[in-house]
Amino acid sequence: MNARSGTPQPAHAPQSPHAGASNARSLARRVLAQGRYETVTALRNGEQLLISLILPVMALFGVVWAGLLDRPDVNGVDVAVPGVLALAVLSSALTGQGIATGFDRRYGVLAYLSTTPLGPAGLILGKAVAVLSVLVLQVVVIGGAGLVLGWRPDPAGIPAAVLFFLTGAAAFTALGLLIAGTARPEATLALTNLLWVLLGAVGGVVFPLPESGWLAGLAVVLPSAALGDGLRAALGTGALDVGALLTLIVWAVLATAGALRWFKWR
Amino acid sequence: MPFPLPPNPREPGHRTDVAVADRLAGAPSVPPPAAAAPALVSLSGVCRTVRNRRRGDVEILRGVDFQARAGQVTALLGPNGAGKTTTLTIAQGLDRPDAGTVELLGQDPWRAGSALRSQVGVMLQDGGLPPSATPARLLAHVASLYREPADMTTLTARLGIDEFAARDIRRLSGGQRQRVALAAALAGRPRVVFLDEPSAGLDPVSRQLVFDLIAELKQAGLAVVLTTHLLDDAERLADHVVLLHQGIVERAGTVAELTARSGPAPLSFTVSMPVGDAVLASVPAGLTVTEVGLSSETADAPGGCTYHVLGVSEPAHWAALANWWREAALMPTDVRLLHRTLEDVFLEVAP
Repeated sequence: MNARSGTPQPAHAPQSPHAGASNARSLARRVLAQGRYETVTALRNGEQLLISLILPVMALFGVVWAGLLDRPDVNGVDVAVPGVLALAVLSSALTGQGIATGFDRRYGVLAYLSTTPLGPAGLILGKAVAVLSVLVLQVVVIGGAGLVLGWRPDPAGIPAAVLFFLTGAAAFTALGLLIAGTARPEATLALTNLLWVLLGAVGGVVFPLPESGWLAGLAVVLPSAALGDGLRAALGTGALDVGALLTLIVWAVLATAGALRWFKWR
Repeated sequence: MPFPLPPNPREPGHRTDVAVADRLAGAPSVPPPAAAAPALVSLSGVCRTVRNRRRGDVEILRGVDFQARAGQVTALLGPNGAGKTTTLTIAQGLDRPDAGTVELLGQDPWRAGSALRSQVGVMLQDGGLPPSATPARLLAHVASLYREPADMTTLTARLGIDEFAARDIRRLSGGQRQRVALAAALAGRPRVVFLDEPSAGLDPVSRQLVFDLIAELKQAGLAVVLTTHLLDDAERLADHVVLLHQGIVERAGTVAELTARSGPAPLSFTVSMPVGDAVLASVPAGLTVTEVGLSSETADAPGGCTYHVLGVSEPAHWAALANWWREAALMPTDVRLLHRTLEDVFLEVAP
């Protein structure tokens, strides 16, 4: 910057040949900066806050107080909390990130940021950081509310639950980006909200799908049911539901491949 | 606009104008002449076809060549749909050409890494600004993405952003958004800056402010590539003009070269009464006189009937014209040489 006139002067001397490690540190710094920026943006946005935190917490209290998941041998809150945590993953990864990305695409924000040193890859990684940050907050808030309501998770299942959180976040973020990168933002808004309601209500997220009949088949293929079942198994009994994990991995791979193939930056 | 902050030689990113120019183009420190300045952006034979659902394959670019040099402003002009924004998009590395080569600071921008992107500033036509952010928050974030960012406090003060820095971008006027987008493009202290319609929506004061800044960027040795619909802006700012039409470069050169291309400028004279047909038939050989029409008196021109004379390219033509006036007893009340403008050239290319 020319301090007298306020004109920015060009920077950047030629890079040294040993710039690799420094570049990696710079990328990590930029990705974290983007993640922090997107996280704060999401938490400042009223609609995002509603769908990420307020509605899942309301769903938890509603399901528990109405006793919708109570069974003679099972405390309803032990089934409800993992399901609502799965719903929270859908909120932040699919709906929240999908809508934010769709409108960022409309306004040219994606194109602009991909011309900065952040680049397209850094932008996607930054979004992943933002999703995980919001997810941590959701786990704290929803888990805290669950503990108040009497939830007692199996500590042995926490590593498996983390695995499901990460795989689920990857699958639903990729799905959200696939929709946001191919549809108009208004269509993305409608579709991701509709998916959130449908999958949340009847997709095996909050309410487990029946173990027999044609609906049981859906549980095998739906990513929402896989995430709900996986978290219920991990936090309820400490078990790792390998089938559900495989289903989520397949969805994550397919949605990522689709996003890489069809995503449009502007 | 003067700024009281003294340069700080100990600041890691600080460089003087002389040092910048030396490094970019070698001594002397003043911006080098056109032929000597290094080309920082170079497109050669660039073609781009897009598939349209209704119109099938549409050729947007059909072999575009141009270079943008350090210390110069290169303006891409052309009517709507000429391919200006697509050309910029490809030069920035946001899109890939179907054929041809693109070099930005000696590299292929499509495959570029962060090292190249950190030396390039981009202002998109639609701004690329998130409506829910404030300029202060957005610009602070953008600056944080660069290793050696500009002093954003000084830059935002210079662009008059401070007065609305805390307001959501969705509540800003078009001109205010343009200034924010320009600040974002300059946040990384780039060597090359692409500005898509930088003066669109600006009031005269903001426009002057932006023009002054662009002139200073040029002085500092940056290659500035801009598009505009406003030919006055291009005439005022550009060292090199590239006139695009239907995906090809129709004309390229300095404003003087482009406006001088089709021979000498026409001469205009005004007389108080219309010239008769018999007198018009006796115009000296080699000259063409056409009636423009009657006009009323204005502050800088007398009223009367105005004529354009084409073909006046040497002193003998002046003598012949003066002789014709004497023989026809015509006493012009106004005589002037009309300079061709970029608009004339533009209308020739895209009538």
